[in-house]
Amino acid sequence: MTAKLTNRTRALVALAAVLLVPAFFLPLWTINLEAPQYPEGLGMDIMVNTIRGQGEWDLQNINGLNHYIGMKEIHPESIRELRIMPWLLGGLAAFGFVVAAAGRRRLLQLWVLVFVLLALAGLVDFYIWGYDYGHNLNPDAAIKVPGMAYQPPLIGSKQLLNFRAHSWPGAGGMLMVASLLLGMVGLWLDRRARPGDRTEAAAAGKVPVGELGHARA
Amino acid sequence: MSMRKRVLLGVAAIATVTLGLWACGTAGRGGALSSADAASAVYVPPGEYDEFYAFMSGGFSGNLTVMGLPSGRLLKTVPVFSQFPENGWGYSEETKAMLQTSYGFAAWDDAHHPELSMTDGVPDGRWIFINANNTPRVARIDLTEFETKEIVEIPNSAGNHGSPFITPNSEYLVATSRFSVPVPNRDMSIADYAGNFKGMLSFVRADRPGEMDIAFQIIVPGYNYDLAHAGKGPSDGWMFFTSYNAEEAHTLLEVNASRRDKDFIAAVNWRRAEECIAQGQARTMPARYVHNYIGDDHIARSELKESVTVLEPAACERLVYFLPTPKSPHGVDVDPSGRFIVAGGKLATVIPVHSFEKMIQAIEQEKFEDVIDGIPVLEYDAIIAGEVEDPGLGPLHTEFDDRGYAYTTAFISSEVVKWSLADFKVVDRIPVYYAVGHLMIPGGDSRKPWGKYLVAMNKMTKDRYLPTGPELAHSAQLIDISGDKMRLLLDFPTMGEPHYAQAIPAEMLREKQVKLYRLDENTHPYAVKSEADTRVTRDGRRVHVYMTAIRSHFSPDNIEGIEVGDTVYFHVTNLEQDWDVPHGFAALGMETAELLIMPGATRTLTWVPKQPGIYPFYCTDFCSALHQEMQGYARVSPRGSNVPLAWGTGGELKTQPVAAQ
Repeated sequence: MTAKLTNRTRALVALAAVLLVPAFFLPLWTINLEAPQYPEGLGMDIMVNTIRGQGEWDLQNINGLNHYIGMKEIHPESIRELRIMPWLLGGLAAFGFVVAAAGRRRLLQLWVLVFVLLALAGLVDFYIWGYDYGHNLNPDAAIKVPGMAYQPPLIGSKQLLNFRAHSWPGAGGMLMVASLLLGMVGLWLDRRARPGDRTEAAAAGKVPVGELGHARA
Repeated sequence: MSMRKRVLLGVAAIATVTLGLWACGTAGRGGALSSADAASAVYVPPGEYDEFYAFMSGGFSGNLTVMGLPSGRLLKTVPVFSQFPENGWGYSEETKAMLQTSYGFAAWDDAHHPELSMTDGVPDGRWIFINANNTPRVARIDLTEFETKEIVEIPNSAGNHGSPFITPNSEYLVATSRFSVPVPNRDMSIADYAGNFKGMLSFVRADRPGEMDIAFQIIVPGYNYDLAHAGKGPSDGWMFFTSYNAEEAHTLLEVNASRRDKDFIAAVNWRRAEECIAQGQARTMPARYVHNYIGDDHIARSELKESVTVLEPAACERLVYFLPTPKSPHGVDVDPSGRFIVAGGKLATVIPVHSFEKMIQAIEQEKFEDVIDGIPVLEYDAIIAGEVEDPGLGPLHTEFDDRGYAYTTAFISSEVVKWSLADFKVVDRIPVYYAVGHLMIPGGDSRKPWGKYLVAMNKMTKDRYLPTGPELAHSAQLIDISGDKMRLLLDFPTMGEPHYAQAIPAEMLREKQVKLYRLDENTHPYAVKSEADTRVTRDGRRVHVYMTAIRSHFSPDNIEGIEVGDTVYFHVTNLEQDWDVPHGFAALGMETAELLIMPGATRTLTWVPKQPGIYPFYCTDFCSALHQEMQGYARVSPRGSNVPLAWGTGGELKTQPVAAQ
């Protein structure tokens, strides 16, 4: 069996798991659109299980505007990722609580690894969705600009005709990042607190021996 | 100086000044302030907002204009009593009923006095009311939508000028008969005016949306009842009405109604009226009048009412008193404390200020010099608080600031005169261009004026702007009243003829503006909420087109099966749920008007095609980049040609065979 985590690290992991709970109710990602005609703003929030307009009719209006350039309408109920994501997020949170309760370092390492992989997969999926959304255009669209695609930026800002699109993590996304960082910090603190265990890690091939840093202990 | 001498002097001065005005031309131009200072005082930088919403009556345009202060920029025209082809008001099936009267459909009126609803004597921003002078009515305009919602006609009345002045908690607004007429109106010799023609002071329940109605009317002698204002504070419970033509002249009034030294302010104790009604001292009189109201489905409906409650002063003692007032008084204004009643005796050489306290004492001590039709006439000397000397010629209207000063317009000497409520002495005066009628200070007729600005509404424009042929826009002047001296800031043209105006701080209305109507709350019986439900149906000679509009197409946009002589109803629902995206609708040869349909709303236009052919229709409000593509065709076939009803957008037409119709 792997070594026990320090109490401090277990507390951090518990906190990391707790941070994932409000992420169920907060936007994971936000896309804001700026245009001269929308001084009041227009935008949508990607929630764990849906996509919703920031204003009550924003999604409807984004769909309405997008029909001019031939983009598909966004119908949250037809996006399958939105049905899977609550389970993944819930699983991560539950797993985090298990790690905190069991206090096993190997489990924490696994949690961090799974979290990182899921985050990467999520971003890749988001990119693919955005690519399809921005490139797969209706040939009958009224406005066709040669060479122009309307893929929203994965992260950051981009000018799309009259709209400037801003894509950034929402509060829920920030909490997820914070949760992952807490898990990583916990792992690091735990390792610092128990230099003796590092040989075990090295033996398991996880950490290069040259970086063990016994001198500091 | 005797009153007679004063009047003679006044008339001489009027003549002199009037001639002088014409002779001088531009001599009076400008103001005391440097142009740069004045410009910065009224400058509202791009993207920023005015401090006040000002509501200017449209006068003979029959509507209400909304302007920003201090910029003087026009923000909106709210149609009220006149048909407004610009948005279909009074033409669309949903709004036609609003202009219904007991005389029939009245397409026009003359709107004089806007009046904000009040709570505790201060404008509260719920509604604004306005009167129709010609065919007596009052309207309520909702200030979340800036749309007329309700109009009630005033029976037994003619020339509803002194209206719609409101009580401190919006219990009642009033309506007066500028023209006395036989009550009930009937065929009779005009020469038999005296004693047969009656004035009518009407109280309208104002604080119950959808239930505006005549609460009671008071029959008074056949004078001309001109303007009014409610008491407030100690005088709350009273309403004061000016009258002229105590001579009861019915011809050449300019001479015959100007003979007496004094006419009357009628002081009405409206709480006493409520008591008399409760005690059964009123009678019910047959009367025909119409109440029009727009319901939650955005459709106006008319109801005919057939009786009113009438009080006669002789049957309800202590209801009405006459306050003798020189001379043919026009405005009657109550100061913020509610202690003083200021009359604008338009032919008088002083401004008489009555004391409410003294009026009550005179009533208690029965200092009556006469009784007319059961109405005691109080002794002038017993009720007067003071007279403002040298107030300019032709004083008409007074408003008040928040620092104890009154401001009175002088029509003939074309100036605004500032005087102190402490000692009734004139402290400042400023010329205005030209011949000022009403003036307006934000909250200036309320218990707590906001002060700061004064708007003079002038009756003549002459050389103030680039000339535009014989007809000129009426001019207004914005005057800064925040300091000791009044300073002219801005000249601006207005719409129609603003008689009076009201203003309210912008923040009291700005945040509560409706941006669109919720489609899911649209209960219009002919609304369609998705393009899939759009259709055309026939009911005998009537064709109903259930149409939608969304950027940038109509559904259906091709319609066939209409025949010459059909009555076609275009029921257009704007499917947008986005701010500031109205769509318009008009068809070739339409004899009515266009429609402007706000997001989420449904409006109906009726069209009776007279000749076969193809009739294009299109969106009249530039809605989007492809607005020019937002069009359609209606095919009109000869009568009896059996072309099946067919409709669609962007694909095959759906049809309804003739046999199935």
